[in-house]
Amino acid sequence: MKIRAQIGMVLNLDKCIGCHTCSVTCKNVWTSREGMEYAWFNNVETKPGVGFPKEWENQKKWNGGWHRGKNGKIHPKQGGRWRILAKIFGNPDMPEIDDYYEPFTFDYDHLQNAKESKAQPTARPRSLVSGKRMEKIEWGPNWEEILGTEFEHRRKDYNFKGMEEEMYGEFENTFMMYLPRLCEHCLNPTCVASCPSGSIYKREEDGVVLVDQDKCRGWRMCVSGCPYKKIYYNWKSGKAEKCTLCYPRLENGEPTVCSETCVGRIRYLGVMLYDADRIEEAASVENEEDLYEAQCDIFMDPHDPEVIGQARKDGIPENWITGAQDSPIYKMAMEWKVALPLHPEYRTLPMVWYIPPLSPVQSAMESGKLPLTDNGIMPDLDKMRIPVKYLANLLTAGKEEPVELALKRMMAMRQYMRGVLIEGDPNLNILKDVGLTEELVKDMYKILALANYEDRYVIPTGHREETLDAYGESGSCGFSFGNGCSSHSNSDLEMFENPKSWRGRSASGKDNRVNTLFTQGKTSTSGGCGSGGCGCK
Amino acid sequence: MDFFLFQIFPYIAIAVFALGSILRFDRDPYSWRSKSSQLLRKKQLIIGSVLFHLGILTILAGHAVGLLTPISVFDALGVSHGFKQILAMSAGGIAGVFCLVGLLMLLHRRLFDERIRATSSFSDISVLVLLLAQLLLGLYTITVSMHHLDGHEMVKFMEWAQHIATFRGGAHEYLVDVAMVFKLHITLGMFILFVWPFTRLVHVFSAPFGFVFRPYQVVRKREV
Repeated sequence: MKIRAQIGMVLNLDKCIGCHTCSVTCKNVWTSREGMEYAWFNNVETKPGVGFPKEWENQKKWNGGWHRGKNGKIHPKQGGRWRILAKIFGNPDMPEIDDYYEPFTFDYDHLQNAKESKAQPTARPRSLVSGKRMEKIEWGPNWEEILGTEFEHRRKDYNFKGMEEEMYGEFENTFMMYLPRLCEHCLNPTCVASCPSGSIYKREEDGVVLVDQDKCRGWRMCVSGCPYKKIYYNWKSGKAEKCTLCYPRLENGEPTVCSETCVGRIRYLGVMLYDADRIEEAASVENEEDLYEAQCDIFMDPHDPEVIGQARKDGIPENWITGAQDSPIYKMAMEWKVALPLHPEYRTLPMVWYIPPLSPVQSAMESGKLPLTDNGIMPDLDKMRIPVKYLANLLTAGKEEPVELALKRMMAMRQYMRGVLIEGDPNLNILKDVGLTEELVKDMYKILALANYEDRYVIPTGHREETLDAYGESGSCGFSFGNGCSSHSNSDLEMFENPKSWRGRSASGKDNRVNTLFTQGKTSTSGGCGSGGCGCK
Repeated sequence: MDFFLFQIFPYIAIAVFALGSILRFDRDPYSWRSKSSQLLRKKQLIIGSVLFHLGILTILAGHAVGLLTPISVFDALGVSHGFKQILAMSAGGIAGVFCLVGLLMLLHRRLFDERIRATSSFSDISVLVLLLAQLLLGLYTITVSMHHLDGHEMVKFMEWAQHIATFRGGAHEYLVDVAMVFKLHITLGMFILFVWPFTRLVHVFSAPFGFVFRPYQVVRKREV
């Protein structure tokens, strides 16, 4: 057993209103740069729909994620190491920018500079790649917003697998939900496995998956390797970029920007402890439907004394262990079983989980439009507007039982609290039916419905003091791209005799200034910071 | 002139090539990348790029082995000069045609595709033009070589390259009376080495063979 800690996220889709605040704030912070206009580290899709980029879930088309071979071993679906290298001159599995959308702006100047004319001047679109006029915008990052575009196009949604999607094209049967998406910071990431340069890595302490910008050579295999299509190729810099889970904020105990700004308060962040020795085993189970359970199996109970002991042995700090005990993610995924992974069948063991949305049932129920089950209280899940099968294809590789349990528990919580708060006569039988206790359901109510800030985000601060004496960093240059700040060296060999700083050295005399992130080998002796984030090498 | 071009300039070019590349890698690793434009336009890229790369890698390997292997090794192996000449012409010719087709596709795309053109730097275009010129010169030498199939001209180039590589004087004397096209080809080749560190060509050094030997997952530990 080797216990590692991971910051996980849960999104309560039941409360997502599709306002895109997460996407916009994320873009403003991270991707408002040339070459990254088309990239959305966080985006919100309306489902059913083909999504962003087009049909990203269809791995027959894109070959993302892992494939389990006949011998029971897994390898990236786009190919093992040699096959990936063979595709290096031209990657047939990589989407083109039109699969995302061609980024554009409008000729706003024209509104002010147009000569006097009979017709109102208009601002016409212009490509941000070629700078040329775009006569018609054919696709955008959120083209299917609230079921935009015709059903003929949206029916290609992969989650209709095994369903008669025909009937959901009819107006009466139409349904929709929002799906905010970001990097899953997987336990078994295919992007990392596919990177020929070895530039993508998972951080040991918090599981954040990052691209080392100095080591990335732009071979672009990660783009096709990631089944969620959450690695973006920056066409300007020629490097891959991805969601960083706002690690500079996490290290300070603050939530990511998308979480912080979520007006629906649907996002949760917390620590999960897991057994790193069993990652491959969990990702290789034969039946896709068992992957959800297999992933749950490697999560460790943070209250178990044995686990705590092992965690300490494996170097997990005390505040991370208590963080794991208070983690809302652990409660939702493991104790209440209401949160489920996104497409576990990709075998990446994703760590951004979702609480499936209830259909708008309450008013329908009251007006008698929704058939109830035998006990006369719970609506019949088969009659819900969003088909359980659809949610199961999205969240549990098609297995319906976990989705049903999650939905029932969410409904039981509502019914129970309605009993407590309005009718003054809570029905305990409902809880018994779904295997909840009053204590649990009150906790659920507190965290899911009230969703106070401190309950949503339980983020232990990082322990930079162990690797970095920050004194030497004072007055140095911050985050930059390119060789923005000088005094940077990519090699251990120091060619130009950078001015040595004695400030910020630990008592042992070891110079650890450059190591603001992680190093694989020796600490470099050159000071300061440089390209693509401080001295990440 | 011959003395400068074939005795002095090669050393200047190789020095710039080596030192420039090391410096760039050391000082500006963020700029070290293959600069793929596949995202912006897949069309033509995959076939063009595969043909080009396979062709040029074969040609480069042929040049390296053919020019730098000591003549005595070939003699010991019983490979006659004439046979080697014909092998070089045919294998190089086939690879050259592959490379030419690929290169033309890439150049066409780079010049006439709006997106690619707009996002190309001067060096992106000029590298392709330089390589095309060099390739055409190289292919043209095949027709010249037709006139001396016994391989005695080729031996001159081997002698020249090996003299340069081993820092011996008098290298240029081997090339005094070779055909003009060879002189141009060699000079342009040296020039390409000269500009190498300042272009995307540096990505050649990063051919990721290490990938084959590493475990799939990479976890970076914090140093304590």
